[in-house]
Amino acid sequence: MNGQDFIRDLPRTEAGSVSRNPVRQLGIDAILWSALIVVVIYGLFVLYSAVEKDSEALFGQLLRICLGLALMVAAAQLRPGFYLRVTPALYLFGTALLGAVLLFGVEVNGSRRWLDVFGLMRFQPSEFMKIAVPLMVAWHFHDKPMSPSFKELVIAVGLVALPVAGIVMQPDLGTGILVAAGGAGVILLAGLSGRWILYGLLALAAAAPALWFTLQEYQQRRILTLFNPEQDPLGAGWNIIQSTTALGSGGLFGKGLHNGTQSQLNFLPESQTDFIMAVLGEELGFAGVAALLVLYMVIVVRGLVIAEQATYTFGKLVAGALTLVFFVYFFVNIAMVAGLLPVVGVPLPLVSYGGTSAITLLLGFGIIMSICNHKSW
Amino acid sequence: MPPNLFIEDRPAERRAFARRTLILFVIMAGLVVGLLARMLHLQVWQYEKYRTRSDENRIEVVPVPPARGLIFDRLGNRLVENRPVFSLTLALERVDDLDQLLADLSALIPISTEDLEQFEQRRRSHRRRPEPLVLKATLDEEEIAVLAVNRHRLIGAQIEAQIARHYPYGDLTAHAIGSVRRITAEDMKTLGRVRYRRTNFIGKRGVEKFYERSLHGEVGNKWVETDAYGRHRQVLDFHPPTAGQNISLHLDIRVQIAAAAALGERRGAVVAFDPKSGGILALVSNPSYDPNLFVTGMDPAHYQALTSSRDAPLLNRAVNGLYAPGSTIKPILGLAALTHGVVDWQEEIVDRGAFRLPGQKRIYRDWNWTPTNPGGQGIVNLHRAIYRSSNIFFYNMGVRLQGERMAAFFRQFGYGEVTAVDVAGTSPGVVPDAVWKQGTKGEPWYPGDNVNLSIGQGDLLVSPLQVATAAAVLANRGRRVRPRMLLTSGRPLVEDDPPLPLPPVSGPSADDWERMVDAMEAVVHRGDYGYGQNGTAWYYIGRGIAYRMAGKSGTAQVVEIKQGQKYEESEHDEYSRKHAWFMAFAPADDPEIVVSVLVENGGGGSSVAAPVVRDVMDAYLLPQVAAL
Repeated sequence: MNGQDFIRDLPRTEAGSVSRNPVRQLGIDAILWSALIVVVIYGLFVLYSAVEKDSEALFGQLLRICLGLALMVAAAQLRPGFYLRVTPALYLFGTALLGAVLLFGVEVNGSRRWLDVFGLMRFQPSEFMKIAVPLMVAWHFHDKPMSPSFKELVIAVGLVALPVAGIVMQPDLGTGILVAAGGAGVILLAGLSGRWILYGLLALAAAAPALWFTLQEYQQRRILTLFNPEQDPLGAGWNIIQSTTALGSGGLFGKGLHNGTQSQLNFLPESQTDFIMAVLGEELGFAGVAALLVLYMVIVVRGLVIAEQATYTFGKLVAGALTLVFFVYFFVNIAMVAGLLPVVGVPLPLVSYGGTSAITLLLGFGIIMSICNHKSW
Repeated sequence: MPPNLFIEDRPAERRAFARRTLILFVIMAGLVVGLLARMLHLQVWQYEKYRTRSDENRIEVVPVPPARGLIFDRLGNRLVENRPVFSLTLALERVDDLDQLLADLSALIPISTEDLEQFEQRRRSHRRRPEPLVLKATLDEEEIAVLAVNRHRLIGAQIEAQIARHYPYGDLTAHAIGSVRRITAEDMKTLGRVRYRRTNFIGKRGVEKFYERSLHGEVGNKWVETDAYGRHRQVLDFHPPTAGQNISLHLDIRVQIAAAAALGERRGAVVAFDPKSGGILALVSNPSYDPNLFVTGMDPAHYQALTSSRDAPLLNRAVNGLYAPGSTIKPILGLAALTHGVVDWQEEIVDRGAFRLPGQKRIYRDWNWTPTNPGGQGIVNLHRAIYRSSNIFFYNMGVRLQGERMAAFFRQFGYGEVTAVDVAGTSPGVVPDAVWKQGTKGEPWYPGDNVNLSIGQGDLLVSPLQVATAAAVLANRGRRVRPRMLLTSGRPLVEDDPPLPLPPVSGPSADDWERMVDAMEAVVHRGDYGYGQNGTAWYYIGRGIAYRMAGKSGTAQVVEIKQGQKYEESEHDEYSRKHAWFMAFAPADDPEIVVSVLVENGGGGSSVAAPVVRDVMDAYLLPQVAAL
């Protein structure tokens, strides 16, 4: 053990003193906390418009957000060492659940994503893997030197590929991408050399035709539609045409909250969930979109700073990967709504209606805060 | 015991990690800038385009069809009505599974294969914004009730009410006022797409066709905000439609009813009008058809029956039926002969029932010739030649005048041209002369043609409307009048642009006109003089008549009778028997009505057609006489 290094790397302000800041005492990062709260409130305003002033839906969402915030605060209290210890168990448990989903899952709209827990509630194990997979890959690398060997790399890729395959088979491409992004983020941060990144990209390009045929027919159509939405304006192209129309008609400052004709008159599909960005863009304009992106980037930058300043490899990798997952979340969603990426089921983080993703995300930020505020294990 | 947490915590690794984090951040920032650029492109650069597109999305201009103008007769009777008709339409954008919906609907109400085929056709040709497509054009009350009860499971199916024409008098007025029928895709090519948006019917015959523009009115527009399911949320702006003009016709439904009743089941036509104004009081063609079937639609078999029937119910015999006028031409020919000085009222000709052109074998007979009775009217002057309808007298006139002079004079009575103001699609008929014959038949004008033309046979073809028009010239003593349907309208109609008045017939003196009218009165009123001395129509209509009628009968041959053979009605099949004509006006001194009647293959003009004329005139004149 190298106690010398340990002392040296502690943040200067905290060295030897106990903060009187109550937020600090709670183990919460002030910047992250503030940015998240602002995004959540902003999101609730947009959601209220998207659900057409349905207060019940709004309070439901508010409740889930509060639950998520509570979980975040709780998660921030636990030490990183705890996460390190439970990671393998979490991963195995999650992977087993994914297997169970494929075997006994409840089918909704043609895909098996849900597990019925004693008929009481439905649970989506893939959501859980958004956190479990980055943790597991970070666990795998945490005691190995940076720039890992080929063998370590293969194991890490396997750790990511197994659950991702299970999720894509459900099929749920959106979640699969997010889980893969988390895992890949850890591998990259763990010191994958430029050479391997290049090989990886080439392999991906070579496998693209084969991957194409593994996609479901509706997924292939979504990708083709991206290049020519006008081909089937009332069918596959409808989403893209209506969302870009909503965004574009918003202009610089938007039509005003609750005044978006595209969203309020139901031209926009999934306007409360995956396409809520179009509502925001239509009603609040470019200014509203830019504001949200700035808020998101504040969170991302703070996440990356925490990763950089973290004491141990495990913390660095987990914080960096979870931040990357968050980034991929909003980037894929906004790019999809703006017609830059094919339609995949990725919600706009902390804004879209629905509790599961918000709770998972906030739990993830809880872990990041834990890494930030606990220098001892 | 936690595993060794500290071995990686070396400055080199820290720097490496920091570098990777920085690279990651740069990539992320680049992607976010890309997103912002895309948003800027959509929301600022292309704002106008998308703003327009979103308005087009939500704002729908719904055309509001105008109410079609009503048509009244001269007494204010409503000849047409606008009634709500319920049709089943499908809003395709709201239908999830069309086949399933069609199956469900078929289980509830009868939907014919024709309905389905037409629906398929409309669906394929349908390219514009979602507009409900008609599946079944007319629903009865029971069907509406069944659909209403099951509406919850028939998403996308809707019952639409629209106003459609109804003709309360049915086949009675079909040929007089015409009818509307469904606009076809073919029609839409020539019609104004804007004017006829949401209008489903267009006047196709008669008055409905001629005054289509005024009756149709101007379409209105409603700007509505619509959601993605096509539901209207609110009306943004409304320009109401301008209803079509109501118009009144000269038509007198009492006279129309009397004319149709008098004709009965026989094929033929009746035209009656006021010789002073030209206003058409009755226009009957039999057999007729129910115009309402063209509104509600009929099965193809029914339509096939209408179009292919030998009795041709769709043919408007009154204006499009062309027949040889037969002896009804004689008063006109008599005036022609007087005009050209080839005869006077005193000249007498011996009529022995036969006439032969110099140097020819063919014998032209009198109308009452039989193999055992040579016929002949004895000594005839022009007056007697009219009331006895002497063929021999007029054969001589024809030869004296020759074809060209006869044809020119006939044309002054409206034969060979259309003089009606607003009767849609009237036929001009044929007045033959040498030029016409050479051009049409490639034959020269033979002397025999003069003979045929002189008794209204040969190639001379006229419609019942034209015969009535010619009778009106006689009634008016040479003054010509154009027949017309329109009596009044609320505002001047765009179509009401009558051609110039016709110049009066030149030639006959006032005395000639009066004497000719006298001769025609004798046709009806000269009676009780014994066999061969009475007016030809007296026995049939002249007895007990309350007013002075001037008329002339005609019997037109349909097939050629061989030389020396008697025309024996029983030997001919129904469709080759002679046509019966009668034209008349009354009161003779100051005529208020002219009537022409044609009964196809009916037989003798005086016996068959004249009684119809009498019934029509009684209906028009006697109530007025009684009222005085």
